[in-house]
Amino acid sequence: MSTMVAAGGEGYRGARSDSYEIAVAEKRVVVGFGFWIFLLSDIVMFSAFFAAYAVLAHSTAGGPNGLQLFNQRSVAIETGCLLASSYTCGLMALAVTSRRYALTYLTALITFVLGAAFLVLELREFAGMVAVGAGPQRSAFLSAFFTLVGCHGLHVAGGLVWLTVMMAQVAIKGLYHPTVERRLLCFSLFWHALDIVWVWLFTVVYLKGILS
Amino acid sequence: MTDTDYDRAPGDATALPDVEQGTSSGVLVYSIGLALAVVLTALSFWVANTSLLWSGGVSIGLTVLAIAQMGVHLVFFLHVTTGPDNTNNVMALAFGVLIVTLVVVGSLLIMADLNDSMMPASELMNLQMQH
Repeated sequence: MSTMVAAGGEGYRGARSDSYEIAVAEKRVVVGFGFWIFLLSDIVMFSAFFAAYAVLAHSTAGGPNGLQLFNQRSVAIETGCLLASSYTCGLMALAVTSRRYALTYLTALITFVLGAAFLVLELREFAGMVAVGAGPQRSAFLSAFFTLVGCHGLHVAGGLVWLTVMMAQVAIKGLYHPTVERRLLCFSLFWHALDIVWVWLFTVVYLKGILS
Repeated sequence: MTDTDYDRAPGDATALPDVEQGTSSGVLVYSIGLALAVVLTALSFWVANTSLLWSGGVSIGLTVLAIAQMGVHLVFFLHVTTGPDNTNNVMALAFGVLIVTLVVVGSLLIMADLNDSMMPASELMNLQMQH
């Protein structure tokens, strides 16, 4: 019986070879892979915004350019916040795997606070730019800038909401609940992917913006 | 049967989800990733601001540093490896990278070409982009 299923399930490399579940990948793997595909499609969407920004980066229509607008110190702090929160998110994933409640809550809290600090800094930067008349309607460069950076900021805001919901689920359902565990796996993938997008973003937008 | 018994979910540190790996080694992996990412980020900011380097190469240098840091994030934070249990994840990633490259490089090439052919006078090079 076992060998028959194994023959039928050729092509799948899901589970143990000595069990009946040979043809079916674990749900955790399937869910993770599906979410991975979503993340990649999300990154493809970001790439369109990046392409638009790269094309329009010098189209300032006589308005302010990146060199005049970007505050490097603020960007460095934002980068530090997001990187640190990615790290604590990884620690949270480890705490979830070893089912430690206190550590899970603590790392989730630090992740949330660092993510929120990033968002506050970014919103302050946006408000400062709009206040000096460099809003998204000023030039094609600024339209592309606000779309790209704002889209990333929206993702971070969505991630913060998601993290809050997940902590409520941990409190109600517990860490031994397989659904909760899978959702937390997806959340940490999402959060790390946002950090990868930010690496690309601060290089292309902010660091290359002050070169020219 | 194939050479591996398990597929690995992206982001999973362990090949065997039900066998608990030591948490300390997991912390070590994330810490190495954090240290590398901090070094690469600091280098990026330094490269962008220093006057020591030839300015023509700074842009390429920043690109290389960013790609290196994305690699660090993928390996140490997302645990993407070249192992056979990760083939599906890497194939999906490779496809994503292909599409991203096509979109970004294609847009830049086409727009640069349009700029070239539409504005013969060098002083008008950027005019059409400014309105």
